[in-house]
Amino acid sequence: MAIVVDRKPLNFAERTYLPALLGGLKVTAKHFANTVFKGGNAAKLTGEGYYPEVPWRVEDGYRGAPYLVKDQDGATKCVSCQLCEFVCPPKAIRITPPGPNGQPADRSGAEKMPEEFEINMLRCIFCGLCQEVCPEEAIFLQQDYSLTGLTRDEMIYDKEKLLSLGGVAGGIQKWKHKLEEAREQEVFPVKSST
Amino acid sequence: MSNAETPAPAPAGPPPVETLTIKVDGRTVQVPKTMPDWQGKPQATTMLQACALAGVDVPHYCYHPKLPIAGNCRMCLVEFGTPVMDPATRQPVKNEDGSVKIARSVLPYEPGTPRGAIGCATPISPGMEIYPNSPATKQMREAVLESLLINHPLDCPICDQAGECKLQEYSVQHGQATSQFVEAKVHKPKAVDLGPRIMLDDERCILCTRCIRFAKDIAGDDALGIVNRGSYNTIAAAPGMKFDNNYTLNTVDLCPVGALTSKDFRFKMRVWFLKETKSVCTSCATGCNITVGSREDTVHRYEPRENDAVNGPWMCDAGRLNYKWIHREDRLKHVLIRGQKSNWATALKELTAKLATVAAGSAAVIASARQTTEELYLLRQLAAKLGALTDSVPRTQQADRLLVSADRNPNSNGARVTGIATGELGARLPLIAAGIRAGTITTLIVFGEDVTQCGIGADLLARLELLVVSDILPNPTVAAAHYVLPGCAHVEKRGTFLNGKGRLQKFLKGVEAPGDTRPEWEFLHELVHAVTGRNGYTSMEGLFNQMAQDVPAFAGLEWAKLGDQGVTVSI
Repeated sequence: MAIVVDRKPLNFAERTYLPALLGGLKVTAKHFANTVFKGGNAAKLTGEGYYPEVPWRVEDGYRGAPYLVKDQDGATKCVSCQLCEFVCPPKAIRITPPGPNGQPADRSGAEKMPEEFEINMLRCIFCGLCQEVCPEEAIFLQQDYSLTGLTRDEMIYDKEKLLSLGGVAGGIQKWKHKLEEAREQEVFPVKSST
Repeated sequence: MSNAETPAPAPAGPPPVETLTIKVDGRTVQVPKTMPDWQGKPQATTMLQACALAGVDVPHYCYHPKLPIAGNCRMCLVEFGTPVMDPATRQPVKNEDGSVKIARSVLPYEPGTPRGAIGCATPISPGMEIYPNSPATKQMREAVLESLLINHPLDCPICDQAGECKLQEYSVQHGQATSQFVEAKVHKPKAVDLGPRIMLDDERCILCTRCIRFAKDIAGDDALGIVNRGSYNTIAAAPGMKFDNNYTLNTVDLCPVGALTSKDFRFKMRVWFLKETKSVCTSCATGCNITVGSREDTVHRYEPRENDAVNGPWMCDAGRLNYKWIHREDRLKHVLIRGQKSNWATALKELTAKLATVAAGSAAVIASARQTTEELYLLRQLAAKLGALTDSVPRTQQADRLLVSADRNPNSNGARVTGIATGELGARLPLIAAGIRAGTITTLIVFGEDVTQCGIGADLLARLELLVVSDILPNPTVAAAHYVLPGCAHVEKRGTFLNGKGRLQKFLKGVEAPGDTRPEWEFLHELVHAVTGRNGYTSMEGLFNQMAQDVPAFAGLEWAKLGDQGVTVSI
């Protein structure tokens, strides 16, 4: 059986909404005072802290934004093989290959690097397939999770931006190794390595 | 020559084919005793061909059906067995159960070890058994691949061949993940400039010599060879020679690995992104079948498509690289009425009204033999209605001994059979020029040609009351036109070309047309119907079938019957 609850009519003060408004303002004022006079924000005062002031600590292996990385010598690792572009499920990656007359790679040994490399971070679903497929270990999902921008264009990260955000990832330098191996063979007798 | 579907180059028919009965992978198959070799001469059928007929692929690198057999890559090694013969009676020895006793091939000095033979060069014999999937065959393939990869750089991420590389494919299918070789790889020259269109990476080369055989035996330019010894073997051009004949880029298709790459296509696009569209080359009357590789409305390359009735598996470099104009910045992209941008509806409406009132005999139509047969047919109908003189423009240059035709128009025969031109192309052009000069011709319709190059100068064009021009790129005739109707390149539309030998071949659309351009047949069909009052088809298929009914040479043909390889008609 339905129970009918009588709605109590609001009195005059309540109908002005002022008591509720002031109640809310009191909370705001308390936080304001805490921040200004007690030298700390509410988040800090409550211990661990909350998100905007205290960034969230992500664990290793977290799949954040994918960025391009450079090698130990500061050179672009990507060789523009376009496998990530091919594998990317939401088609967020767009690579412009250098073509026959493009600029040569900025490290010797590798013949190729992308002329342009764009990731549309609005499309990216942070699945990590690009990192998994990369034969050069040139792209990694890093720890950035808060990507903001004022326009859609701003959210398309170009090669320069991706490289500057990505930092350096070491590892084996296969093209450099190949080149050194080839140079050693130019001297006779050939030194057998390994 | 007949209108019937071209018969496959089958050995069937009289005289009956002599066959042999052999076993492939345990299945009994009958195969012809001889098969055509690379020059088409009958030769004893090989194990590789027999396996192919039985539906079993034998991996191979150096073997190519259109090249002489070299037998150097060893990839097609297969284990086999032959019937044991009684030396006294010359009869096969039987097992106890009555079946023929088979002796598996073994090493003569080590009878327990199976001995393979290369499938590409070993002829079959009666009663032979081939084991293309036996453990011994698989082991041989693994060993061969391991050897081929000893010095291979494995630089697939930067190699243009990746994705269509036989070394990649066979390594996945038949190879193994590890190698016994731990020594440093032999390094060879990279990015060697072999000729104006070819880049060579010696490290990737597996020395199959397909390129050498092509250069020597097909192109007739013996420029390539192998230098140095042992693991330092490298392909090189002969000293002082450049590999620069007009067929060099075929070696890029032939190369099973990424050793020979096209300078034009180098680092341009990964092949797995390319959409492949069946098309026909427009650079001469040979009409080589091609595959257009495009991605997102950009054409990246042409490749020859095998058609033994036309071009075999080859095409010339000039034709292959003749695609860059399609994406030129200055393409005509807008309908222009006396220099002002307009739209199709307005232009076609105005043209219909004007052409309907043209006095009989006062108009002329100059079509291009680069247009499709369907477009020429529509223009012919328009010309018949207007009582107009029609002609086309010849393009004659030097022919070569392989594929390039002296006639550089892809569809001169199309212009002839549709009645646009009779006999010699361009024979009536002086007549048209004289008519304009005398004032009897006041309306000129030009499609795809610059008439100022063939005797109808700007002064004559200025005398015309109505000059309608459809073209793809700007030229002086377009500049003088009252109506400019922007047309499409062949990769942007469908249609057919009738080649120099009377083969009618269709081509399909690969990319979208830019701007306001429309396929010529589409707007012509609107215009011609409006002017002539004729009605009918609205599709390319319908238009073709209509044309086949009207043009005697195409009697009995349908769009669907053309197939991928075209049909030979009598012209």
